[in-house]
Amino acid sequence: MKISRKVAFEEDLDPGFLDEIEQASGSREIESCIQCGTCSGSCPMSVYMDVQPRKIMAMVKNGFRDEALRSFTIWLCPSCYTCQVRCPSRIKITDVMYALKRKAIREKVYPARFAIPVLDREMTRLIAAHGRSSELWLLLRLYLKSRRPWAMLKMAPLGLKLMKTGRMSFRRESIKNKAQLRSLVKAVKEGAR
Amino acid sequence: MSRYAYYPGCSLKGNARPYEESILPVFRDVGLPLEEMDDWNCCGATAYFSVDDTMAAAISGRNLALAERADRDIMAPCAGCYLTLRKSNEFLAGRDPKAAKILFDLKKAGCEYRGTVAVKHPLEVLRNDVGYGKIKSLVRRPLAGLRVASYYGCQLVRPFTDFDDPDHPMALDDLLAAAGATPVDYAAKTRCCGGSLTGTIEDVGLRLNYILLKEAKRKGADCLATICPLCQFNLEFAQGKIVKIYGDDVRLPVLYFSQLLGLAMGIDKKELGFARSIIPLKSFWAKLGNGGAR
Repeated sequence: MKISRKVAFEEDLDPGFLDEIEQASGSREIESCIQCGTCSGSCPMSVYMDVQPRKIMAMVKNGFRDEALRSFTIWLCPSCYTCQVRCPSRIKITDVMYALKRKAIREKVYPARFAIPVLDREMTRLIAAHGRSSELWLLLRLYLKSRRPWAMLKMAPLGLKLMKTGRMSFRRESIKNKAQLRSLVKAVKEGAR
Repeated sequence: MSRYAYYPGCSLKGNARPYEESILPVFRDVGLPLEEMDDWNCCGATAYFSVDDTMAAAISGRNLALAERADRDIMAPCAGCYLTLRKSNEFLAGRDPKAAKILFDLKKAGCEYRGTVAVKHPLEVLRNDVGYGKIKSLVRRPLAGLRVASYYGCQLVRPFTDFDDPDHPMALDDLLAAAGATPVDYAAKTRCCGGSLTGTIEDVGLRLNYILLKEAKRKGADCLATICPLCQFNLEFAQGKIVKIYGDDVRLPVLYFSQLLGLAMGIDKKELGFARSIIPLKSFWAKLGNGGAR
């Protein structure tokens, strides 16, 4: 657990943060947030969040970079888009959450071994390498990398049921034309950032 | 020949096999036989957008290009795939300079995409292309007396709201009514199941699914009908733990809408993947009469 100082002075704010997030999220309306709280009220996850979505919008708007990026909120967002379709200012709130997640991953400020970003990263790795995700392999990597072997053991009876009904296999899925995918991934990486 | 390329995604080849098994005969019988897209890659779901949105749009672009080359639109039964492919499709058609770069990269990798493909969910195709009037005429064994809670979840109805209402959609209720079932007023129909949260923060995921099951039970539903593999998986496989934790017997069969529709259309139940359910379906078959002899 890292201890960091709360924003106390104007100098602690990052005046470029709003621009950055607008660019990354493609949501250009953040400035027009009226702090109505429809997002927080609509969110099925807000009762579990340390900072509710309304406050995240205020933080982004006003440059509270660390506070927004280090919140659990961004990881708890399951992308159900309820806030986004209800926002009277038409802020693409879910896309803003995605942009914050990407920044947190890039800047490595998410809680270490926290299962949600681990799952996201492992899934993208599987797909970039094989073109397909395989449910069993993804779960194994999730539990190993988030260091929760006990949780994996607890999943065993469920896995058995899935195997019995033919709904899970040990096979590692893959596409045929991996060379094409590789050259696509390479081309996208080149010149990015 | 159908103008749709069938995009199964990872789930319909894995835990959602009953979805694939039932959607194929249903579309065969409505006269739109589906052919699986050749060499499709995974869509990346919510994960890729959380890590790298440029790459997310690029790998979806490859799928769109494959469909375009085959001169087909995409039909994606998984709500996650549907949204991811559609979101990427609209991004690539937009004005963002990143989109132009991705289109260029796609071309360089030998999968040029000109932007001619539409992405649809099977429910949308059944309602808009086939029409519920025709569905009704294809019903051989109406699901009379079966009370169904139609569960849409999130990504089919949001953020794109042109298909149906984001809070109170009716497409699935109407379809099941055409199949002879009785839709219940399911107030949680677009509430989130938590997606992958059952695998990452289990206690939170279980609570979300408990709310969904409880509301269906409260409305007197005999089963839940789903349109998304992750919703179906969560609702079905979490039931054992939910009953234990909350001490509330909310057990209910959770079936794919295509399984119910297939039954109504007179397709043999052995062809519809019912044997893959881990929840006993005894009460469900009893409700339909014939002791399950359909």
